[in-house]
Amino acid sequence: MPETLFHKVWNAHTVRTLPSGQTQLFVGLHLVHEVTSPQAFDMLRQHGWGVPFPERTFATVDHIVPTSSQKRPFLDVMAEEMTIVLERGCREFGIQLWTPDDSRQGIVHVIAPELGLTQPGMTIACGDSHTSTHGALGALAFGIGTSQVRDVLASQCLALDPLKVRRIDVNGMLNPGVYAKDVILTIIRKLGVQGGVGYAYEYGGSTIDRMTVDERMTVCNMSIEGGARIGYVNPDETTIDFLRGRPFAPQGDAFDRAAAWWRQLASDRNAVYDDRVTLDAGSIEPTVTWGINPGQSVSVSERIAGDPKDEAFAFMGFTPGARVAGTKIDVAFIGSCTNGRLSDLEEAARLVRGHRVAPHVKALVVPGSQAVRKAAEARGLHEIFTQAGFEWRGAGCSMCLAMNPDKLEGRQMCASSSNRNFKGRQGSPTGRTLLMSPAMVAAAAIAGEVVDVRTMIETVPA
Amino acid sequence: MTSHQPSAISHLEGRGLPLRGHDIDTDRIMPARFLKAVSFEGLERHVFEDDRAADPAHPFNNARYAGASILVVNANFGCGSSREHAPQGLARFGIRAIVGESYSEIFQGNATMMGLPCFTADPASIARLQAAIESDSGLTITADVASGAIAAGALRIAGALPPASRDAFLSGQWNPTVMLLDQFDQVRAVAARLPYVKGF
Repeated sequence: MPETLFHKVWNAHTVRTLPSGQTQLFVGLHLVHEVTSPQAFDMLRQHGWGVPFPERTFATVDHIVPTSSQKRPFLDVMAEEMTIVLERGCREFGIQLWTPDDSRQGIVHVIAPELGLTQPGMTIACGDSHTSTHGALGALAFGIGTSQVRDVLASQCLALDPLKVRRIDVNGMLNPGVYAKDVILTIIRKLGVQGGVGYAYEYGGSTIDRMTVDERMTVCNMSIEGGARIGYVNPDETTIDFLRGRPFAPQGDAFDRAAAWWRQLASDRNAVYDDRVTLDAGSIEPTVTWGINPGQSVSVSERIAGDPKDEAFAFMGFTPGARVAGTKIDVAFIGSCTNGRLSDLEEAARLVRGHRVAPHVKALVVPGSQAVRKAAEARGLHEIFTQAGFEWRGAGCSMCLAMNPDKLEGRQMCASSSNRNFKGRQGSPTGRTLLMSPAMVAAAAIAGEVVDVRTMIETVPA
Repeated sequence: MTSHQPSAISHLEGRGLPLRGHDIDTDRIMPARFLKAVSFEGLERHVFEDDRAADPAHPFNNARYAGASILVVNANFGCGSSREHAPQGLARFGIRAIVGESYSEIFQGNATMMGLPCFTADPASIARLQAAIESDSGLTITADVASGAIAAGALRIAGALPPASRDAFLSGQWNPTVMLLDQFDQVRAVAARLPYVKGF
């Protein structure tokens, strides 16, 4: 019987049906960061539980690390304490940890694929909702809470209900100036921020097939913004080429055997889905959020529609019928697990070269990992950004959620390549976020206001 | 390990706290700056802190609802971040059950594992329940785990819990770690079969 990747991988990892009716699912890769794990380590100690598979868990610090100076001890006493607590937990339970003094440190969802830890056919869990990112390589990757972090540490398993599978086909060519970020923002706009609850999203179609793994990660990353706890793309030759030679990927002949297994995990041609949705890539335009959830978006030239009583209008300072284009910005942020990879920085730098950030805009580029930073510097991107007036920072989550010193102030308006425009998300309770592609953020930084990146691309050689 | 097993939850009773609005995310329930801590202690002080500061009439500020233990919400409550700090803060604030149109999956799962049941009911019933509490904040609300029935004065609502969490609350097995460790030889057997664990 034809099956989806979801069912093949789910079945391969099923330990048993629990008395509750839920499935006990083995977790092949567990990723840990400093914010959602300290209480889990404490729960293990309270109950006297050990970690039976310590080699299947990897940890890093990303949320609270400063991005200006990453020297220890961190100036922020609480950030330093959280790092020390994670170091202690990892040492006690035998878990590999990468802190900022290690070249492998970075945002957990950037480093695991980069190191080849994330592989097709795995089940992955992390105490972070953007774990859905790892589905880009054909894994089932679940964001979990702290009690579940405890469960995975203690048992390498989760108790879960199976999900339905919605196939989302995106077909055709994306127009210049339209990126993976615009694709996922458009999907969320169309299906709603709750549309994916109870579903895994399987992304496919010719547009997704042509995407790089980086682009697929941007799409899968924001599945949770559409309510879908996991999103994935079937593994193909792009996936296999991406993994070849990475430190934690199989090497030599073992890689070829792994690739053969990965290929057969892809959903079968006649697999049956619980739902199907199709989008035409050619109809997608540069997209910007105007409201306080990621489903409240418009194309850059479109007028905002909606109920004027919706609190999003008052909070953001927009009125129905207005356009987002022309909105003055105070801050421009390029980074995050959504769009903080080398290809994101390259595209932004291509647009920035030879321009200057508008005088009233504070602009920062925060690479997703130390490896991204190093690779970008080897290409001279840091010089392009700093010459244009951007700040060039160390790796971390930074202003995506502002748990470090990078925060909005007051009602500042931020053009951001991150994933959430919730009230207060970027560190000021009244701060405002406009989500868009990194190229659109670069264009806004230079113009000082939201502009259609296509007007810039026409003047920039590819 | 029996001393670590939580006890059964079959019946909830208390006054209600109506919180209107769809898509209330966990950043609003517990702003990220309060996640800079190594324990969940004290989170009750920061529940909805920014929303409450911005709106003096916020239900969590309203003295009429002081001591209420049953939170009544609308659709997609708890969307966004997986932070367990959000349901931890609500529980430590004194919330013992939530009744709503729908929840994000991760929030509902986190709440369940802490022993905080999240009942669902249709939007019209939720609207009636919120209105009833707003007109009489002293109203006693009861929620029955086995049947999902919710009662408030003369109002009777057909609510529901996901079957697995309903059974877990009734049996007292809502914290699954002990179950997951119960037949560990089977866990090792699955691991040994997986090509990426045993080596390609």
